[in-house]
Amino acid sequence: MTTAPIPSPADIPRVAPKARLQWDEVRRRHVLLYPEGLVALNPTGAEILELCDGQRSVADISRTLGERYAAGGIERDVQDFLAGLTAKGLVRW
Amino acid sequence: MVDSAVMATKPLWLLAELTYRCPLQCPYCSNPLDFAAPRFKQELTTDEWRRVFREAKALGVLQLGLSGGEPTLRPDLEQLVRAAHELGLYQTLVTSAYRLTRQRLAELKSAGLDHVQISIQAADTELSDCIAGATAHADKLAAYRYTKELEFPLTVNVVLHRRNLHQVREMIRLARELGAERIELANTQFYGWALYNRRALMPTREQLAAAWAVVEEERARPGNTLEIVWVVPDYYEQYPKPCMGGWGRSYMTVTPAGEAWPCHAAGRITTLQFANVRERSLEWIWNESDAFRRFRGDAWMPEPCRSCARKDVDFGGCRCQAFLVAGDAAATDPVCSLAPHRQLIDDAIREVGQEAEAWTYRAARNSRALASRE
Repeated sequence: MTTAPIPSPADIPRVAPKARLQWDEVRRRHVLLYPEGLVALNPTGAEILELCDGQRSVADISRTLGERYAAGGIERDVQDFLAGLTAKGLVRW
Repeated sequence: MVDSAVMATKPLWLLAELTYRCPLQCPYCSNPLDFAAPRFKQELTTDEWRRVFREAKALGVLQLGLSGGEPTLRPDLEQLVRAAHELGLYQTLVTSAYRLTRQRLAELKSAGLDHVQISIQAADTELSDCIAGATAHADKLAAYRYTKELEFPLTVNVVLHRRNLHQVREMIRLARELGAERIELANTQFYGWALYNRRALMPTREQLAAAWAVVEEERARPGNTLEIVWVVPDYYEQYPKPCMGGWGRSYMTVTPAGEAWPCHAAGRITTLQFANVRERSLEWIWNESDAFRRFRGDAWMPEPCRSCARKDVDFGGCRCQAFLVAGDAAATDPVCSLAPHRQLIDDAIREVGQEAEAWTYRAARNSRALASRE
């Protein structure tokens, strides 16, 4: 598989059709399910993916999270997280 | 693939073997040699499977494989898919696609099926149908097109052995043409029918090296987006595979008539007793049953496993292989270069190079004949 480049702030991510974001009640955490595998998410990762609606850009998602937690400088974390899932084919642009 | 160790204490995967009936007769079938025996005949009902799915979800299962035999032979498959979908299970249909229609696939899609895995036996019709012992290849190609039209994620699965390893590049090309996300190139694992037919199926070291070179080349091809999974031919490895990610750690199989096994080959281990979902809850089976507890963790391990640095990597390898080859399910997996029984694996490899033998097809009549001989 090719490694995915870091997305730019204007890029608009969405969860790949083959993947499904879901709350796992047994383990009390979000998971991203896909063919023959899953990614166990931390709360921030789940929030990022919930904002990947095909409308918001990386900048929009980062701003929304920044306002939610009154924190700045999280764009880079959002970019890295989404680049990792892009490399697995779980996020598309 | 699972990312996090926190996921590993409860079952994540359930393989539901809905039936052992199958129109194909592949000589490497992972089903039990005695699949036609009374032990597997009385298939679970729709309601019983629904209960199994409910209990599995409550226990932590997130991934459901609907397999067989040929699962589409169950007329209630759509009902089962709908039930599992309502529970939030991510579902893979593992099918030969024999006589599978677009209409049926569309119904499965609307019932909530997530992912389709269709086997092929080789890259061309003649060899494919010869291996399958059925006229099936054309159906598979049609079904691949339907799955893409219906926007299913698609995995192409091929079991590799000495008669088809030379076609790996054509198989990969075919998967790309079909628009598959994944191709699973699964070297034959020697259980069930494959073990019985080992002398006919075992590849040479040279064949494997050539096929592996093609895989590396195709993975590195510019712009490649196909995930190419290579399931290692463990007889030729230095260390055993981490079978099932460890015994009773994340995986369970339920057979057509309701026995629960820690993997789909475990039923051959005659020194274990398997509970049935008709008599016990999945929770009891997972937490309390002897079969699931026996090889969980590392207290059961003999040397050289017990003091081995790799025991958390490969978990002592495969219990079924230990039983089938070394005659003791608690032995170190004989494929391990450190195992006392490694010689038995080397002997099996040494037999290769002689003329390939004819195989015995996986068929009910052959199953019954073998069972009566045992």
